[in-house]
Amino acid sequence: MPNLDSFGHDVWWIILIKVVAVFAILVVMTLFTIWLERRVVGRMQQRIGPNRVGPQGLLQSLADGLKLAFKEDIMPALADKPVYFLAPIIAAIPAFLAFSVIPLGPEVSIFGERTPLQLTDVPVGVLIVLACSSMGVYGIVLAGWASGSTYPLLGGLRSAAQLISYEIGMGLAVVPVFLYAGSLSTSEVVASQENVWHIAPLFVSFVIYFISVVGETNRAPFDLPEAESELVGGFHTEYSSLKFALFFLAEYINIVTVSALATTLFLGGWRAPFGLGTVWAGANEGWLPIVWFLGKVFAFIFVFIWLRGTLPRLRYDQFMAFGWKVLVPVGLLWIVVVATLRTLSREYDWSFLQSILFVGIPLAIVLIVLLLLPDKAAEPEDDETLYGIMPEQPETSYPIPPLDLIVPSIVPSNVTSNVTSKALSSAERTDSA
Amino acid sequence: MLSQYVPIVALFALAAGFAVFSVAMAPYIGPRRYNRAKLDAYECGIEPVHQPLGAGRFPVKYYLTAMLFIVFDIEIVFLYPWAVANDSLGIFGLVEMVLFIVTLLVAYAYVWRRGGLEWD
Repeated sequence: MPNLDSFGHDVWWIILIKVVAVFAILVVMTLFTIWLERRVVGRMQQRIGPNRVGPQGLLQSLADGLKLAFKEDIMPALADKPVYFLAPIIAAIPAFLAFSVIPLGPEVSIFGERTPLQLTDVPVGVLIVLACSSMGVYGIVLAGWASGSTYPLLGGLRSAAQLISYEIGMGLAVVPVFLYAGSLSTSEVVASQENVWHIAPLFVSFVIYFISVVGETNRAPFDLPEAESELVGGFHTEYSSLKFALFFLAEYINIVTVSALATTLFLGGWRAPFGLGTVWAGANEGWLPIVWFLGKVFAFIFVFIWLRGTLPRLRYDQFMAFGWKVLVPVGLLWIVVVATLRTLSREYDWSFLQSILFVGIPLAIVLIVLLLLPDKAAEPEDDETLYGIMPEQPETSYPIPPLDLIVPSIVPSNVTSNVTSKALSSAERTDSA
Repeated sequence: MLSQYVPIVALFALAAGFAVFSVAMAPYIGPRRYNRAKLDAYECGIEPVHQPLGAGRFPVKYYLTAMLFIVFDIEIVFLYPWAVANDSLGIFGLVEMVLFIVTLLVAYAYVWRRGGLEWD
């Protein structure tokens, strides 16, 4: 079982192999995920999807990437050139780095050297992932700002606001995992899930985490920075060729990384599913756990695609309100509940039933009372503003005809000037009738 | 202990090399056909309106979101070490952290009440 002490002893060529392997895994998984998404969404929309390039269209994303490389690289005249040049680089590097602490499997031997199937691990493991996902925001904001165009600027700003808002939810959702694991290092989080995966006791955290990362990766239904109907392409509207390809790559690597992190934190990492490890010890040894790991990651990616195929995009204010008014308070309260339960049951040696009795039931009562409290009193409906008399017109504005204006069929020549300058009110109409 | 960070630096070098190479090579691999319209800002086909770099002003709401983010992100950073050490802190650590969270919840309720979380 790898723990923190297993890292930092690799010889240089093992490090080199691992670095190249992680890089290759990420690029290949990106290409495969793009293909998978297009095929699955195609099926969900009663189409076939790409099926011409390679078997089942598997090489389609590779062909698209090559095609992008041979497209013209346009530098808009209004762009801030150095920043415009740097933005895709700043977006891509953290995307790769975030994957460096994800455990892919237990210890194996490569050419006679025992080493864990994980690039590296540090005492602040998960913080590295969070830091990298924060750094990715810079790439997006700078890209939007440096393009010197309106749509990318709005897309970049939206993206920044969205990423930082949902990062709070994501950060809060992982705190209970550290409570249970007693460590920030990813390999020790996996080690702490030997008996029970964290998804079972921490289901609320898992739900918050998953919703947050859908927002964090700009995926539908939270893909507002790239809302085609509003913002063309969002922050990368002005980008073309390989610069655009880098943004695309970073986006899909982020999806892979958050799925891998969800697997690590909540689904037992590379451990065999369905208690297979208890009946067959070999399931958790050697190279086989990579299969379990990839299976769980692709299950997550499938849910991402499924969401995109099913749900319509949210309105921006609803979306921000959901992040700040639902995910943040629920996340905070859940941390308090988990910590209280855990500490009290350890200090007083409570059994599971006792802790439910002493903490769960009072909490449930409080929640039910809160739910029963009425919302803000309903605003009194002012019938007059809706029907009958027209709402008042602003003083300074040009004349607006009332909604129920009936144009008189015959206008006497001596009142024409009055009618054109002033709209008829309903009172005047009743008089004339 | 710093030897654990060496692979991250190596991956950084590889990723940076790949990204810089892609961005730097793009103008040389692709064709270059000059057309003034291509270099204009894209505004769905209409003539773009000239505006200062960064498109001038944008809503102050974004700054407010950024400030709130800093408050809560620092709270989260304080929660992590506590969560890791919680088992050895006992009741004392729990009470301290609940007090800390409650203090921030007061600020949160204030911001909510003043409409800082509204987006219109």
